[in-house]
Amino acid sequence: MDYFLDIFLIAIGAALINNFVLYYFVGICPFIGVSRRIDMAVGMGFAVTFVITIAAFLSWTITTFILIPGAPISSFIAGFFISKAEAAHIDLTILSYIVYIFAISSSVQFVEMYVKKFFPVLYKSFGVFLPLITTNCAILFACLVIMSNVAGVENPADAWGLGKALTLAFFGGIGFTIAIVIMSGIREELEFCDIPKSLEGAAISFIVAGILAMAFMGFTGVDSGLKKAMKSKDAALSSKLHILDSESQIPKYLKEAEKIEYLT
Amino acid sequence: MAQDPTSFERFIQGIIPENPVYRQLLGLCPTLAVTNNMKAAMTMAGAVAFVLFGANIVISLIRNLLKPHLRIVIFTLTIATFVTIVDRFLAAYMYSMSKALGPYIPLIIVNCIIIARCEVCASKQSVITAGADAIGQSIGFGLALASIAGVREILGTGMFFGLRVMPLTWPDWVIMVLPPGAFFTLGLLLGTFNLIESKMAKNKNKG
Repeated sequence: MDYFLDIFLIAIGAALINNFVLYYFVGICPFIGVSRRIDMAVGMGFAVTFVITIAAFLSWTITTFILIPGAPISSFIAGFFISKAEAAHIDLTILSYIVYIFAISSSVQFVEMYVKKFFPVLYKSFGVFLPLITTNCAILFACLVIMSNVAGVENPADAWGLGKALTLAFFGGIGFTIAIVIMSGIREELEFCDIPKSLEGAAISFIVAGILAMAFMGFTGVDSGLKKAMKSKDAALSSKLHILDSESQIPKYLKEAEKIEYLT
Repeated sequence: MAQDPTSFERFIQGIIPENPVYRQLLGLCPTLAVTNNMKAAMTMAGAVAFVLFGANIVISLIRNLLKPHLRIVIFTLTIATFVTIVDRFLAAYMYSMSKALGPYIPLIIVNCIIIARCEVCASKQSVITAGADAIGQSIGFGLALASIAGVREILGTGMFFGLRVMPLTWPDWVIMVLPPGAFFTLGLLLGTFNLIESKMAKNKNKG
């Protein structure tokens, strides 16, 4: 049961509370570039969700079985050359960035070929967006979060399983889709608005995105409320929603947000 | 190759006329994410400058060996190598900053500025031009980050580089250091930039 609660918290956290676009600012380029029309935005959102899930699967597998110290495959291969005890300490996480970017590029290439072969109509509607996904930060970001939760944890028992990794990636993609679809809806209406000439185009989109981000800040309370409700059941579940390290700057935002609550 | 810009032109263009953030709208993730204080923003600008310079030089050196269909992969792998160097360096010498920047340092790999510069300049022109281009673009990126981070830090906390500049009675606009503040600041600065440019263009036409 705890496991499902964990999964649920990760899903809500990735899709709404810490929305990839509006909270972590990853995937801004397609968010601004491809949000002129709703149908394009939906297509982009689903393409990203699909690729991000595949990339998360690949990166979790690679990290768990090859990169982390004492991973089965790397220590097995190294076992031929050095002693077994030494082989268990081999740490390949320094290669993670290069490996991930390679995994992402090749999975995008693979998805592109697959879609081209079996769904030619879909392929045409995606056009140039598919190759562009390679340079979408959201995907690499998901891989990095998964890595920090597999390789960065102090207690090996806390490391994420495949289920959690896929949940984070899939719902992160859903969150991206939600954000980009809302944004494109607003921008379609914005076409008919009379806005200052110098703000036209990207500038007004950023201001709209700021207002959207403020709206999504409203979910911050959901996070602590859920945690509070769960704390009475299981204290160990607390702080699972902080995807990143507690010392990083992002939880500082939360502290600031709490400050506002105290002030008002 | 005669019509390609020279080194000096590349250098100047990167700073204002083709500013990576305000003109080309590239590399927006770090621009928005790390600009809630000056220190983080400048560290990020330095990291991007190093990676951009290194990647531009290397790509320019191997530009005659590149195959067109594989070039993007080569770009990203080169960039990933330099990003790993920066990441390890920061973790070794500026640990708290490396923690604060978190995943945004590895995200430099998919920063469009660097891929765009490799594609536009380094894969076609000589090493010196590519180097000048990298320095110019880095200065432009640094200035853009500094402008956004300056506005956000001063309005959000009343401080600049951690030093108090606003009177103590200044009510901190907490929203400016939160995510929405980043979008507002960038949107308004972008608008201001467009306004100034259209005014200048008008004056030129009159003159």
